[in-house]
Amino acid sequence: MVALNSAQSAAEGSTLRVDGVSKAFRGADGVSTRTFALDNVSLSVAAGELISIVGPSGCGKSTLLRLIAGLDSPNSGELRVGSEVITAPNAERGLVFQDPNLFPWLTVRRNIEIGLVARGLLREKRHEVDEFMRLVGLEAFANAFPHHLSGGMAQRVALARALINHPKLLLLDEPLGALDAFTRMRMQDEVLRLWRARQTTMVLVTHDIDEAIYMSDRIVIMSPRPGRIERVIVVELDRPRHRNSPEFLNLRGEILELLHFAGAATA
Amino acid sequence: MSQELAVQPRIPISAEREQIELPASSRVPAKILLSVPVAIILALIVHWFSAKNEPENETRLYNLFLGEMFGASLLIAYLQRFSAGLREWMKETCPIIGVAILFLAILEIITAGLRWMPLLPMPYFPSPAGVLQSMINDRELLFDSTWHSLALLLGGYTLGVTIGLITGICIGWFPLARYWGMPVLKVVGPIPATAWIPLAMIVSPSAMFSAIGLIALAVWFPVTMLTASGISNTRASYLDVARTLGASRSYLIFRVAIPAAMPNIFLGLFMGLGASFLTLIVAETIGVKSGLGWYVTWAQGWAEYGKVYAALVIMAAFFSSIMSVLFKVRDHVLVWQKGVIKW
Ligand SMILES: Nc1ncnc2c1ncn2[C@@H]1O[C@H](COP(=O)(O)OP(=O)(O)OP(=O)(O)O)[C@@H](O)[C@H]1O
Ligand SMILES: [Mg+2]
Repeated sequence: MVALNSAQSAAEGSTLRVDGVSKAFRGADGVSTRTFALDNVSLSVAAGELISIVGPSGCGKSTLLRLIAGLDSPNSGELRVGSEVITAPNAERGLVFQDPNLFPWLTVRRNIEIGLVARGLLREKRHEVDEFMRLVGLEAFANAFPHHLSGGMAQRVALARALINHPKLLLLDEPLGALDAFTRMRMQDEVLRLWRARQTTMVLVTHDIDEAIYMSDRIVIMSPRPGRIERVIVVELDRPRHRNSPEFLNLRGEILELLHFAGAATA
Repeated sequence: MSQELAVQPRIPISAEREQIELPASSRVPAKILLSVPVAIILALIVHWFSAKNEPENETRLYNLFLGEMFGASLLIAYLQRFSAGLREWMKETCPIIGVAILFLAILEIITAGLRWMPLLPMPYFPSPAGVLQSMINDRELLFDSTWHSLALLLGGYTLGVTIGLITGICIGWFPLARYWGMPVLKVVGPIPATAWIPLAMIVSPSAMFSAIGLIALAVWFPVTMLTASGISNTRASYLDVARTLGASRSYLIFRVAIPAAMPNIFLGLFMGLGASFLTLIVAETIGVKSGLGWYVTWAQGWAEYGKVYAALVIMAAFFSSIMSVLFKVRDHVLVWQKGVIKW
């Protein structure tokens, strides 16, 4: 009984809560115009949950992830992990950026090691570097500099670089966007495997609705100007999911309709 | 069928590769191979014709010099058969060396060959042979002067770079340092270091110290300016990445901002080096009683223009060697830029 309680509170402890968060940016011409990137967004992500965020370009997805990571602070509202208010970045909350942003002066291997070096853990965890390089299939490029990589390869390095810290909460901003269909599906399965093995909480921004349905427990649909949460859809399909099952395709149609893509296609 | 398709493109690819590799392993064209020996022979002919009225020891020395060059060029032309690296080097440099020797020959025609013309008054424009003679005759003092210049230059440059990097990083990173440092930098920095010479002479205990201080000041400004701008222009996303990976502030400064600013910092180092050469020579001319700058003025005072040019030749070799050392360091530190920008 006691054990159950503590397990529950541990899970409770790492719930991510986004509470009435708004974020406005000053317009290009000064103070007068303001872009409301996020307007009163509330969301709660349970520990170990994998949710996806989809929505048209400019609806504030990246802004939301930056707030959760602690890189920016909201104009109003509050973000918390458990009872702790998010004020600054932390190695517990990893973020894979939309652009790979690899350090051009470091080799692939050294880029992946950044998290370990920054936290002074390189010596004891060096073996993991090879593990993650294998995971993203870049062993052969260990000593290459980033400008020798293709866009997709760079994205994979960025993914490995975030994973090596074993964050409790992993924020992914279109991490598989530049990959070919085959590599993409393989990486989706790898991410799912890590998610299950480590019980990481994940927030995945994607433009690919199939990816959202295939991967996530819930799908958050956002709308732009101001950025709001339009709907949250619970994906109740059993795992492993089949991309061609009728339920999958039904859900896909439903989401497309919500995103007005279906309407745009017929118009 | 599909196998054929897979095999087919290989043939042109391998042929293409052979074509690409061919120039690297192929022979040095005879034109290039012979350019240096032919240039030397031409220079010798010019020398024989034009140096009839010159002192005999000068002629002997110059003949010896050209002869040695000739021997060396033949030796290298032979050795290149065994080393691909040497072949590449020859293709790269032989035309330049050849033209340089022809240039010597032209200089000789102008200075010694056309002496009967009132074009170039005698003491001011010695022939290459005369310059070579002065260089050999005065080698001890020249060596000593070079040595002093090197010590002064390295002392001042190291000091200036050290202080410049520290102030540049502080101004680039800390807003408070930027607020107070930037105005000082903008007002004091552009004053040429040599303008401080009167003050330096009053303040400093020895000419040596004031010269080092002036060189350091000349180096300090460009290094600070470019380091500061490099650090403050570090892409924010690099810092964001590092922060989400658990980086401390010292990691952000030393492992993100400074490496990101390295290309800029090297620009500052090169500009500082140029400024240090200038300041070195001026300081030596005015205050310090040693070094190449002093030697030039001293030789001019005795109207020994052969020595003046000899010192200039050594100065050129001295400065360009130091410059190429810095290039080597840059190539090593900024390997990651190879292929990104043109060097
Ligand atoms: N630093 C900033 N300064 C000014 N405006 C910004 C800034 N960051 C984001 N915005 C604005 O906020 C809005 C949301 O941007 P955000 O990057 O979060 O969109 P997104 O949903 O990630 O879009 P995409 O799918 O194209 O990546 C946009 O209108 C953008 O112009
Ligand atoms: Mg985005």
